[in-house]
Amino acid sequence: MIRVALPAHLRTLARLEGEVKLDVAGAVTQRSVLDAVEARYPMLRGTMRDHVTQQRRAFVRFFACGEDLSGEPPDTLLPEAVATGAEPFLVVGAIAGG
Amino acid sequence: MSAIRLLVGTRKGAFVMTSDGQRQRWDISGPHFGGWEVYHLKGSPVDPNRVYASQSSSWFGQVIQRSNDGGQTWEAVGNDFAYAGAPGTHLWYDGTPHPWEFKRVWHLEPSLTDPDNVYAGVEDAALFRSVDGGRTWQELAGLRGHPSGRSWQPGAGGMCLHTIILDPSEPKRFFIAISAAGVFRTDDAGETWRPMNRGLRSESIPNPTAEVGHCVHRIVMHPSRPGVLFMQKHWDVMRSDDAGESWREVSGNLPSDFGFPVHVHAHEPETLYVVPIKSDSEHYPPEGKLRVYRSRTGGNEWEALTQGLPQRDCYVNVLRGALAVDALEPCGVYFGTTGGQVYGSTDAGDRWAPIVRDLPAVLSVEAQTLP
Repeated sequence: MIRVALPAHLRTLARLEGEVKLDVAGAVTQRSVLDAVEARYPMLRGTMRDHVTQQRRAFVRFFACGEDLSGEPPDTLLPEAVATGAEPFLVVGAIAGG
Repeated sequence: MSAIRLLVGTRKGAFVMTSDGQRQRWDISGPHFGGWEVYHLKGSPVDPNRVYASQSSSWFGQVIQRSNDGGQTWEAVGNDFAYAGAPGTHLWYDGTPHPWEFKRVWHLEPSLTDPDNVYAGVEDAALFRSVDGGRTWQELAGLRGHPSGRSWQPGAGGMCLHTIILDPSEPKRFFIAISAAGVFRTDDAGETWRPMNRGLRSESIPNPTAEVGHCVHRIVMHPSRPGVLFMQKHWDVMRSDDAGESWREVSGNLPSDFGFPVHVHAHEPETLYVVPIKSDSEHYPPEGKLRVYRSRTGGNEWEALTQGLPQRDCYVNVLRGALAVDALEPCGVYFGTTGGQVYGSTDAGDRWAPIVRDLPAVLSVEAQTLP
């Protein structure tokens, strides 16, 4: 069971409370996790990654286990603790502005 | 008895305001989509409870919301605005080629006949259409493919397609306006387009009378007289009597002919409204007096409408989509400010009163007249 923590605005958009809990078939990567999140909540498509390029939106960051994984290639394996559900995969709206 | 519903988009959410036909007491719901910019909301002319909203954020991009109950509840629909084919380039502020990049939806225009058919004007400037209630979007690529497209440049607010007018007398004729390219018209439902900027003069561009490149802020048409258009340009208020083929200036005695919105009285096609702003670098009213100007002669002769509006120390702006009229008698007129006020008049602009004073900056106001 993978745990994903979304920022408040995306939880509101998806009408969910708390963490997303879902199963991911195969390798647990940024791409496979986000694919699974978007499959369950289609209204989130395009809000974390560009529809066409699938690149992370500029003001969205990915963290797990105290590490900033935003710059990692999307098919890199996520930490074991994320794959086992011990730690959540964090989607964070960057602190930007004044 | 008739009722009025105002659809108000702000920097931090949408608000829906309703009143009976007296227009004295308003119920306000919102913020809907709190924390997100809502550039525009608009209801279907054939099903007023079908409302579309453009919700966007620098963080999370574009969302389109749809309501089937007049804005009480909402459903997120499609937000994939992919340019057709290889996007190519337009010109950046410095004149260098810049790739087309979708940023947000500025304007939503539901069809005059089908509530599931809706058009979207976007930044970077392009026109999209949905025929399934906003679930999927397809670009009408003939506009961006116009030979001038690669030379379009953004205005200060971005290169936005901010106005869409569907001609009620010619189902295949649409007008759109882009900052800073100008007005274009199609007579074949979006397949091909022609620039409609003859008569415009913009001193700030290399060729002041160029066919394309003018910073048109807003155009408006009275549905009973589709050949007549009015325009608020970056500077100058303009009029066309030949469906955009040519324009002439009707700024007349305005204290400033810079501004953003322009609108037409619901029952008097020669009565129009603008909100003069001091200049393009001072986005506030001249002399700190918030004045709507009304012409009952189709332009040139203007009167200041001040009763109920602040006449000192007022430095708000009124953006291009933030002026609206209802269809009651007398005509109601409404506008929102960047200071968060929404003002209304129930007598065609003679007297004004605030409906609400402390919203986030208002981006757009639409008025629906309900049976």
